[in-house]
Amino acid sequence: MLRLPPINLQSPETIQEALKLIAAGDVRVVAGGTDLWPNMKRRHQKAETVVSLMSIPDLDIIDSNSSDIRIGATATLADIIRDDNIRDRFPAFAKAVASISSPPLRNMGTIGGNLCVDTRCNYYNQTEEWRRSIDFCLKEEGEICWVATKSPRCWAHTASDSAPMLCALDAKVRLASVARERELPLRDFYVDDGIDYLSRQPDEILTEVVVPGTSDDAHCRSAFWKLRRRGSIDFSTLSVAAAVWTDDNNVVTRASMYLGAVGSAPIPVAEAESVLVGNKITEHGIARIARAAHKIARPMDNTDFATSWRGKMIEQYVTAALREVAGLPPLRMQPRHTLKVL
Amino acid sequence: MAKALSKPPEEQGDATETEFNLVGKPFRRVDGRAKVTGQTRFADDVHFPRTVYVKLVRSTVPHARIRDIDLSAALAMDGVLGTLVGAEMPDSFGIMPVSEDEHALAIDTVRFVGDSVAAVAAVTEDIAHAAALAVKVEYEPLPTIASVAEALATPEPQIHDYADEGNIHKKVSLKFGEVEAGFEEADLILEDNFFYEGSNHLALEQHSSVAVAEDDDRVTVYSSTQCPHYVHRALTKTLGIPSSRIRVIACSNGGAFGGKSDPFNHEAVVAKLALKLGRPVKITLTREEVFYCHRGRHPVQMNLKTGFRQDGTMASQHLRTTLDGGAFGSYGVASTFYTGALQTTTYKLPNYWFESARAFTNKPPCGPKRGHGTPQPRFAYEVQLDKAAHELGIDPAELRLRNLVEPNTITANWLRIGTIGLKECIDAVVKGSGWKARYGKLPEGRGLGIACSAYMTGAGLPIYWNHMPQSGVQIKLDRSGNVAVFCGETEIGQGSDSVLAVVVAEVLGIDIRDIRLCVGDTDLTPVDLGSYSSRVTLMVGQAAKQAAERARDKISNAVSEHMEVPAESLVFTGGRVFPAHDPDKGIAFNEAVIIAESRFGTLGTTGSYIPPRSPGRFRGAGVGPSPTYSYSAAVLEVEVDPKTGLYDVDKVWIAHDIGRALNPVLALGQIEGSVYMGLGEAMMEEQAFRRLPKHLSSSLVHKFPSMLEYKSPGFHDMPEMTCYMIETDDERGPYGAKEAGQGPLLPITPALANAIFDAVGVRVDQVPIHPDLVLKGLHAQATGHEARVGPAEFPDIDFGEPLIVHTPEQGGDGRAANDPKAKRKSLRSSSGTMKERDEALKEHSSATLTTD
Repeated sequence: MLRLPPINLQSPETIQEALKLIAAGDVRVVAGGTDLWPNMKRRHQKAETVVSLMSIPDLDIIDSNSSDIRIGATATLADIIRDDNIRDRFPAFAKAVASISSPPLRNMGTIGGNLCVDTRCNYYNQTEEWRRSIDFCLKEEGEICWVATKSPRCWAHTASDSAPMLCALDAKVRLASVARERELPLRDFYVDDGIDYLSRQPDEILTEVVVPGTSDDAHCRSAFWKLRRRGSIDFSTLSVAAAVWTDDNNVVTRASMYLGAVGSAPIPVAEAESVLVGNKITEHGIARIARAAHKIARPMDNTDFATSWRGKMIEQYVTAALREVAGLPPLRMQPRHTLKVL
Repeated sequence: MAKALSKPPEEQGDATETEFNLVGKPFRRVDGRAKVTGQTRFADDVHFPRTVYVKLVRSTVPHARIRDIDLSAALAMDGVLGTLVGAEMPDSFGIMPVSEDEHALAIDTVRFVGDSVAAVAAVTEDIAHAAALAVKVEYEPLPTIASVAEALATPEPQIHDYADEGNIHKKVSLKFGEVEAGFEEADLILEDNFFYEGSNHLALEQHSSVAVAEDDDRVTVYSSTQCPHYVHRALTKTLGIPSSRIRVIACSNGGAFGGKSDPFNHEAVVAKLALKLGRPVKITLTREEVFYCHRGRHPVQMNLKTGFRQDGTMASQHLRTTLDGGAFGSYGVASTFYTGALQTTTYKLPNYWFESARAFTNKPPCGPKRGHGTPQPRFAYEVQLDKAAHELGIDPAELRLRNLVEPNTITANWLRIGTIGLKECIDAVVKGSGWKARYGKLPEGRGLGIACSAYMTGAGLPIYWNHMPQSGVQIKLDRSGNVAVFCGETEIGQGSDSVLAVVVAEVLGIDIRDIRLCVGDTDLTPVDLGSYSSRVTLMVGQAAKQAAERARDKISNAVSEHMEVPAESLVFTGGRVFPAHDPDKGIAFNEAVIIAESRFGTLGTTGSYIPPRSPGRFRGAGVGPSPTYSYSAAVLEVEVDPKTGLYDVDKVWIAHDIGRALNPVLALGQIEGSVYMGLGEAMMEEQAFRRLPKHLSSSLVHKFPSMLEYKSPGFHDMPEMTCYMIETDDERGPYGAKEAGQGPLLPITPALANAIFDAVGVRVDQVPIHPDLVLKGLHAQATGHEARVGPAEFPDIDFGEPLIVHTPEQGGDGRAANDPKAKRKSLRSSSGTMKERDEALKEHSSATLTTD
């Protein structure tokens, strides 16, 4: 079977100790390991030392009673969807998290790990031997991005389902290093590049995610839609996360929409804001946003499904998500697995 | 299957209840408890002290000459104990005697990315892996062939020099009856092109083998295999030691589906290394390596032309197929014939012309997967029948009913048909699905589709020519009352152990727990050819029945003397033996055995099975015959979203003519599993490859050799299912039983395509049916074009002069009328290997030259 290379595994019991260890150089951070371990088994992520955060007490605390919810980096995805407050107050977020992989992996996978999950590409998520047979790729050891051979950049796609949803809900993340601690909007955490896809510095650890209370269901309506082949296990090949804040007259005061899996970072759909704010949600407005979203996304031939069809699905999925937010009747058929998520 | 709503066995009819002890009743499978409690020892669970682990160095290039293999860095590593290269095992092997084209490790040439070049053995798997990565292989690239079209266009260099022509491995043309005249008689001629993508078996257990040497020239191999006997033969060829000193033990398999029916190079490698190093040697493949072993469904292009009369009956058919075979022969010659052989077994087809070509390509070898070569033409046939039904204005279920083959007849291509329950199957799914009220009448976007099929219950001929039994069973009984049953059969999850046990328990009237099985061990058990071609229930069942009846007769004779009652009056049931007229006079089974053992000495009996000879006598007649055929009919209900092309299969009704269900629960599992696998192929599975831009790279790689990215349905994706078992009580099977493990897969893919047509009017003439194809068809429909998606044409291939075979109806004798090679046929009879055959043919031609 696929085996991990020999590693030096450190399990510090304080965040300070962990920060000191990662400042030392050739080190990777692991939480649930559902991303890093398979990647290391395939040898496309390497490190002599791996620092596990799982022995740090209290890094997994979920505080969902206060106005803002605060979720510690090592809270598992299963913990999040079991949290009644989160399910009640942020149902679309719960749905997004519940759509990640499968129950055993959600029992191990953490929110911090999911927000930092490596970008994916099926020229890259392969074994050492397989990648030798294509002479590797730009993301790891090679010269060429095989997805777009003339491209100077890597087109690996963002694979997190919590990321677009939490971006739309205006979440923030806390990053700690030995020298400092900072909080930044989650949307600024991501960089549109398949290789350097996070603005995290090498000496920083994501410690917490904060979802503002003004994004919960009492203030805002949100939706999460995910296109994938099967009703479980599969990563997104497209996801749509939408959040809309309205006044008492159903006039939109704020709107935010992000696309997942069709670029190296979650892609903001600016038209959601420009078309909706100051207006009620109409079918006409939805159609405009859907067309705009299709134009800005860059689905590439590096995941499941025919690429051009996946592009066409952006309009359909944006429409479906916005109709849900607007409380319009759903289109005749939604993929069955989308309904099964929670 | 979470939501399978199959009919409980107790509602399936009670005809058997008084007649049999156990047959027809649901009982717990004999290996069930061990499997659910983790006690079953799969090959990877076999451990010995001092075991050495092996990794194979696999080719990173698709086609090349090997210039150099530098093992020095690997050998220098601590913990590396040895290596192996192809030159150390120069003798070739392969499952079919006509295509023994594989080596334990590549010699001179690699033929696909993943082909095995060298082996490294080390004290741990980690070290073996690191050492394998450190082996440097220098290659001189050769042109790469990725498809049948490229194989046709690129006769040189040849991937194998024994091919029929260039890179076309095998060509076939068989013509039965007056095909052209038949078309002239037809009122409607349909000609369609179809494509059926290749797929992997995706058995959960990855192949694993452990070899233990007992001496310099004596070795035991434990392996995940469906066919220990064929592995035994291949090891005999490659190891160069007598077959009497090689023992193969087939472990319980965690699924196989045809993917473990070839002998594999890693089995030869561990055996050789065990002999070389004098320590136990183990290999367990990664999932990626399983995709390289492959032997899965061949990608098949088809051109199907059928002539229909106004009433829906058929006058003539011409089927052309191409198979993308991959880099080795494997079962490919048989697969080639199977893409045409069973076309005649469901509906009356008076005239039939079948042409086929299998190409060698630089990809993992294709072979047999559940349904072996027949799901592809079945898809084409059943979709075309749906089209014909629409053209002729006949209900598709009715059209099929009008064409059914009669039981106990011989088809145009000389297959002898046994019982047929296909009418009952169609009736069951038509009734269950409410077909008559709902077909063609559901709201736009919702539809029903029907399809039928037939499958063999065991291949009529063995893989290599011989006159010996295809299945053998030995029974040992003694005073304990325990009955030990020895048979070479192999449990692959299908329940073969339970079939073996229940047949013996049925005959002897004892509890199934009083039977001990010893199976799949070439030293200890009589030969059974293996778990392939749906042969085990019928062939092992008949051999077991014979052995058990002989044991019962022996006991009866002793007991009848002892009790002074006629032997014929004795009844064996409930663990007792008693005269039918006086049950109270009976004795316990073990007492009966004591009487027999006292009377006859040590007790043992044997049973064997050889299938009846098939009437076909032409070259190629060996593929297709079976003692009897199973039949299936399915209706699928789908909902299609016209905006996306996404669809859900909401419900499946499937009826299967099983002859008799020996154990209805196990049979149901086989039917449901077949439906699941069929849906996987219909909806999503594809063994797909990537070729990088040619100006930058000569790579040709498996697109996603992992269970994450190779898409196969999960239980969220499985619909509700209703199964009906139709019992036709076929006298050729044990207690009337036929197969259930493969046949029910066949109607699923065409039924899906037909249901999508009923839902939205789009024809998708290829599988898998991805949602983008449906959307493409809907777009064509909306823009006034033909609402069809599928291959536009069929390759231009000269299949050669057809063999002309007169049909039974024409008064033929089963032989070809024009076979120039027919005289040579006798030479083949005793020659087991390709080499021996070639030599025999050479001798024959030189002898002919001198005498002429």
